[in-house]
Amino acid sequence: MKQFIEGSHAVAEIIKRCKPGVVSAYPITPQTHIVEDLAQMVASKELNAQCVNVESEHSAASVVLGAEAAGVRSYTATSSQGLLLMAEVIFNIAGMRLPLVLTCANRAISAPINIWNDQQDVMAVRDSGWIQLFAETNQDVVDLHLQAYKIAEDPRMMVPVMVNMDGFILTHGMEVVDMPSQEEVDKFLPPYQTDYKLDVDNPKTMGYLADPDYYLEIRYILEKTLREALGVVPEVAEQFKKAFKRETFGLIEGYKLEGAEKVFVAMGSVCGSIRDVVDELRVKGEKVGLLKVICYRPFPKDAIALALSSVREVAVVDKSISLGAYGPLYTDLTSALSSSGCKIPKVSGFILGLGGRDITKKSIVDVYDRLGGKQVDCEFMGLKQELLKDCK
Amino acid sequence: MAETLFKPGHTACAGCGQAIGARLVLDTAGKNTIICNNTGCLEVFSTKYPESSWSVPFIHSLFENCSAVASGVEAALRFLGKKDSINVIAQAGDGGTADIGLQALSGMLERGHDVLFVCYDNEAYMNTGIQRSGLTPTLTNTTTTPTGSASTGNPRPKKPMPEIANAHGIPYVATASVGFPLDIQKKVKKALSIKGPKYMQIHVPCPLGWQHESNKTFEVAKLAVETGLYPLFEYENGQLIPRKIAVLKPVEEYLKTQGRFKHLLKNPEAMKQVQDIADANIKKYGLKAEV
Repeated sequence: MKQFIEGSHAVAEIIKRCKPGVVSAYPITPQTHIVEDLAQMVASKELNAQCVNVESEHSAASVVLGAEAAGVRSYTATSSQGLLLMAEVIFNIAGMRLPLVLTCANRAISAPINIWNDQQDVMAVRDSGWIQLFAETNQDVVDLHLQAYKIAEDPRMMVPVMVNMDGFILTHGMEVVDMPSQEEVDKFLPPYQTDYKLDVDNPKTMGYLADPDYYLEIRYILEKTLREALGVVPEVAEQFKKAFKRETFGLIEGYKLEGAEKVFVAMGSVCGSIRDVVDELRVKGEKVGLLKVICYRPFPKDAIALALSSVREVAVVDKSISLGAYGPLYTDLTSALSSSGCKIPKVSGFILGLGGRDITKKSIVDVYDRLGGKQVDCEFMGLKQELLKDCK
Repeated sequence: MAETLFKPGHTACAGCGQAIGARLVLDTAGKNTIICNNTGCLEVFSTKYPESSWSVPFIHSLFENCSAVASGVEAALRFLGKKDSINVIAQAGDGGTADIGLQALSGMLERGHDVLFVCYDNEAYMNTGIQRSGLTPTLTNTTTTPTGSASTGNPRPKKPMPEIANAHGIPYVATASVGFPLDIQKKVKKALSIKGPKYMQIHVPCPLGWQHESNKTFEVAKLAVETGLYPLFEYENGQLIPRKIAVLKPVEEYLKTQGRFKHLLKNPEAMKQVQDIADANIKKYGLKAEV
């Protein structure tokens, strides 16, 4: 059913339909509306779940770790500093192969403290072994959460999935969303059942100490599973399309890539603005397109290299930075291209929108205008020179 | 050997008080128990892949989060309608309880989860090599509070964890010692008969860290209690119930059994300082048996 709904409410609505038995979270802007909604749903018996109000994000992640280990579908949401405080547990959840789903309302990292959107937070746990999906719209947000549980709990996977949605832009943005019904969700996502759990009738030890004789292989198996997710994510997307009669793209989505010579590569809500710019430039006769990365981990190397194989020039738009190096998406993309065996286009890297600085259509056009010129690998766009005059 | 749920073959040191304590706790709790364990000696020596000493469901996640993991397990059991038939025990060493794990423990106690938390208190970070923790006693020689011309060991008093736990208004708090196994069993049984959060702190000698012979574990543990340095008591709904001591011994009898206190024996001022701590415990908890 179509609803005009805030992004956070949309998350809560779809999570409710996924029927988690345990929800635990710690409040942080801009994630709060999601967990407030879920708490209200529990309070009014719309959702039969245990709501655990913890004293930190570290404990929020640990509570849902424990609940998943007990074999119960669980949910948490966080943002920014909260995700960083969870980081230790985040790695642990993946290492323990627990199929948790977490929403990250992407937000900048302190210092300076800043509650607005960029994607620096998730990059801190990029290497944790989670599948990481990025939503462009609130329809994506709904559809990806539903797919997230299906992917995570797939017996071939048993890895956690993080759904990233840009803070405020999506969490507090109102959009029309086609919300699946409970019956549709029940059909798509059956109850979670597993033998891999803490069960007094079949006692297991979880969280072993693995010495150098075993650790390497255990980590390899996790890496192998993440690579296999490159097959499972699109498979689940196909099932979703069939079940809901709605487009969803799996790993990546190309927009006007046919005949494109110059292509933007980006993740998250900024792709919406880039589409508009692409449309306008196309009208002017520019051969330009967009490649949206939906699944950032595992990184769809082959799909990306193939999509860009006949492109002359690429502009990577990063909303985060590995300080002292490059934008993370830029690094991954250039690595993927260099090992693909395909012809490598010229790739430039741009940093935009940190700490909530608006990425306007003009800033995207500015990026486009830089193409054709000198190749840059980590170019900050939209800097206010008057604020930098004492910075030699 | 009597049947036990904590299987032998693990790699604990000879005379390890924690191994004895953990076995007593688990065997008292029985097979309908889920253990959530912080990082530390106990987890390391009992779960080296692919082997495990635990014949009940056991989960180790991180150093500081067993209370939160146990909260999640408990919430999941509640959701499944199975909580009444299954005990959830969170357990940690003294560092994992009083230092790095204190926040998560406080959260678990405050939220009222039906979980028994057990602190195996060997009074330092033994797993990493005998570094001082918040539960290291005053004037103890550890690798991070070494003695020297400017130091007589750990300068600070032991953090009053049972009091901190009790201040949360939880229904049951107890201290115990592997020197008194029947007392441990009695207290675990009582704790598990009570709904809500429970805190137990068990004194467990560490022959390696305390520097005593491995066959002296019980003797050393008993002396800590008999000198008043490790008071045994319960708080039942905040009501103090001490375990009285018939014959109180001077602290020297305890201190002289361990290398970690060797530097105190020829230092009358330091000896008095430790005796004062024992005397304060005896008074505070009413440990002296009336004859």
